[in-house]
Amino acid sequence: MSRLIPFFGFLLLVALFGFGIWWNTQHDQREVPSPLINKPAPAYALPKLDDPAQTVSRASMLGKPYLINVFASWCIACGEEHPILMSEAQRIGVPLIGYNYKDEPDDAKAWLARHGNPYSLIIADREGRTAIDFGVYGAPESFLVDAKGVIRYKRIGPLTPEVIEKELKPAIAVLAKEAP
Amino acid sequence: MTQPRGVLHRMRAAFLLLLLSTSLFAQAIDPLPFKSHAEEVRFQELTRQLRCLVCQNENLADSNADLARDLRHEVFQLMQSGRSDEEIKQYLVDRYSKFVLYDPPVERSTLLLWFGPLLILLTGAGVVIATVRKRTRNNPVPASANNGANDEGDDW
Repeated sequence: MSRLIPFFGFLLLVALFGFGIWWNTQHDQREVPSPLINKPAPAYALPKLDDPAQTVSRASMLGKPYLINVFASWCIACGEEHPILMSEAQRIGVPLIGYNYKDEPDDAKAWLARHGNPYSLIIADREGRTAIDFGVYGAPESFLVDAKGVIRYKRIGPLTPEVIEKELKPAIAVLAKEAP
Repeated sequence: MTQPRGVLHRMRAAFLLLLLSTSLFAQAIDPLPFKSHAEEVRFQELTRQLRCLVCQNENLADSNADLARDLRHEVFQLMQSGRSDEEIKQYLVDRYSKFVLYDPPVERSTLLLWFGPLLILLTGAGVVIATVRKRTRNNPVPASANNGANDEGDDW
């Protein structure tokens, strides 16, 4: 019996190894949980893409929930996400705010002219300085901000129909219930 | 005879020049106006302890990613405004979670990560000691004059 102990030890290691592989297929290693969830959105103030003289800020957006979508014309995954935004933007029930991240304004405008503009408003962060406050580390990212300016949900990576149904819409439904 | 040597010399000179120019170029990619050598050393030490989130197995000091450059500049600005290393780390943790720290802090959720290998080592050592003791109990080696003959019965 005692001769079998090393064999059981080996089985234990195999089980541990298998668990590790299973865990990694279930979890995206690149996904970093944002510490900003359920915290007030950073106090941003950014110019509009189409009218840089006008500034949009956290304070000016208070009162209604909205979804910020970080995008850029150079971002390949944003191009994959774009058709989904085009078809879903009107159906999610909150305004979709475009956050143009580290982009040339002309490139961004040309990109939107070519692929369509799903956003009700676009703010531009050319330097990416405010994006650091939002903890952005790769476009596309999306933040759901509630009427009090608190970040309630964050998606890193493209919004897919599945993510919208399973994560985003339930999160928006919770906000709708809170509204008076 | 002088001709080939001249060519070799020139080739070597060109090669040295190439080496020199690449090192100059490396400096020029990300120039930061450090006020002193000590400040630069502090900056290097600090950015080496922070993770680049785009290429997650690289630290901020080594990464060429665009975001890493932005974050290096941010760290530099924070240093200029007189923040301590701990404050700068906290600033990034507040935005990017504890994942930005290359060394995970010792806390309840990371206890297994920090001390798991030690635990496995101690378990292994325990098994070895127990096995050896059991064997010496079962096959006591006579204290005197018994070399070779007894070895054949041994499990090893």
